Amino acid sequence: MIRKTISSGRPKTAPSRRTALRAALAGVGTVSLAGCDRLSNNAAFVDVLKSAQHLSHGAHKLVTGRKAMAQEFSQADVAAHFKANGTLVPRDADYQALLKGEFKEWKLQIDGLVETPAAFTLADLRAMPSRTQITRHDCVEGWSTIGKWKGVQLSHLLDQVKPLPNAKFVVFRCADSMDGPSLDGHDSKYYESVDMDDAYHLQTVLAYELNDKPLPVNNGAPLRARIERQLGYKHAKYLMRIELVERFDQIRGGQGGYWEDNGYEWYAGI
Amino acid sequence: MTSPAPTPKRIYRHRLPVRVMHWINVICLTILLMSGLQIFNAHPALYWGKDSSFDKPWVSIGALNTGNGGVTGITTIAGHRFSTDGVLGASKIGGEGANVVRAFPSWATIPSTQSLALGRNWHFFFAWLFVLNGIAYVAYAVASGHLTRDLLPTRSELRNIGRSIKDHLLFRHETGEAAKRYNVLQNLAYLAVIFGLLPLVIVAGMAMSPRLDAVFTGWIELLGGRQSARTLHFLAAAGLLLFLLVHVFEVLISGAWNQIRSMVTGWYALPADKKVKS
Repeated sequence: MIRKTISSGRPKTAPSRRTALRAALAGVGTVSLAGCDRLSNNAAFVDVLKSAQHLSHGAHKLVTGRKAMAQEFSQADVAAHFKANGTLVPRDADYQALLKGEFKEWKLQIDGLVETPAAFTLADLRAMPSRTQITRHDCVEGWSTIGKWKGVQLSHLLDQVKPLPNAKFVVFRCADSMDGPSLDGHDSKYYESVDMDDAYHLQTVLAYELNDKPLPVNNGAPLRARIERQLGYKHAKYLMRIELVERFDQIRGGQGGYWEDNGYEWYAGI
Repeated sequence: MTSPAPTPKRIYRHRLPVRVMHWINVICLTILLMSGLQIFNAHPALYWGKDSSFDKPWVSIGALNTGNGGVTGITTIAGHRFSTDGVLGASKIGGEGANVVRAFPSWATIPSTQSLALGRNWHFFFAWLFVLNGIAYVAYAVASGHLTRDLLPTRSELRNIGRSIKDHLLFRHETGEAAKRYNVLQNLAYLAVIFGLLPLVIVAGMAMSPRLDAVFTGWIELLGGRQSARTLHFLAAAGLLLFLLVHVFEVLISGAWNQIRSMVTGWYALPADKKVKS
């Protein structure tokens, strides 16, 4: 797994018996490599590097428009096996109990900056108008896989709970603890957040089916988010609660998501 | 050379904007290549097509257990397996300790330890700097006449390309008047990089962005799909690395000090003309 803790491994300087120029070049290389490692440990410097995401997000909004649609594919493109990543089976006792009860006791809570907080059972969600889409899932690691999703558009649920004017972000709260069992007791449950553009986007779906079958546990049963214009880590699995907020810097690590708190960019459209 | 060399004629070869942009490129390209390898290490396999055919990548870098608790690095290209132990697939961190499983070794990545998040942080910041610098360079090259005057080869230079190839293979370099201009192979290499490899590496990089894929539906199919785009991004980067190695090699064998100084101060000492005039 990827963690932000970085130890500074400084390469040893090259032995002599080389020409002066080569030694000098090697020296420059060694110093700059060690320099890059030192800079990677400097929080202020890394913040400067990460500021490029605002430039990317702004430029992307400019050239694609808020409602631009992600590419959809045909049935023939669907992968035989949809690769699952991250948590494969949440070990959390409350999730295990819900799983044992086939999610009959599960409810999706929606609250925070809304007029009428509400909770929906899986049957409630399945009774609502649905959207089916075949899309490509792009993992931050670099691979892609294509799957067919069916679910309820997040915009449909938001229309029912009526967000307040100061609601700026939608926060997804999940069932799965990410850090090892030895760290149970501290909250490491997965969470994610998106802005209102993505929340109301036509393809932003809370999916309960993958490839015409109930969503498997490996892929986030009973419900997961599809945020089709961003990388996989934004697509929160094992949804329990949706919270509307004005800002997310008070939540956990303050970066807007589990992986964001571990160094990844909040804007994952790249 | 026994007789004292005459004071070489000096020309003002590289103007300030070109020098500044050149060194920005050096920093950006180095960081982009090395942070790119860090990102590649998160999933060290390449595919062709829209998505990943996990069971048959055309390139993959991995490791096998050696049975005694150790690992050995293996690279597979188009079904052929090569032992690349110590460099690709398994290598020592900082040259010390036991082999660990790692596609590209620690000396080739930024940061040296495994961190996809930091690799991306570095990569995207310097990608922006690199692209903005590149746009500024092309604008300057067109507006100042650098493109037509220095970069485009003349017809007669193109006709004599055979001689230029022979000169390069014999490590012979222009002297006197001829050394004032870039030679024709140099022209073609620079043009191929500026208008071929660099646009390709940028467009293929953008095609990996799920948000930019939405600019208009299906444009990345022109590159063969997202996983083909990732492969093309990697191959174009490999092409840039090859250019870089040849470029540095040519600098080193054609009067390294004079060449490097000219890219710092602008002034280039013309190598004395040793040719017999006919």
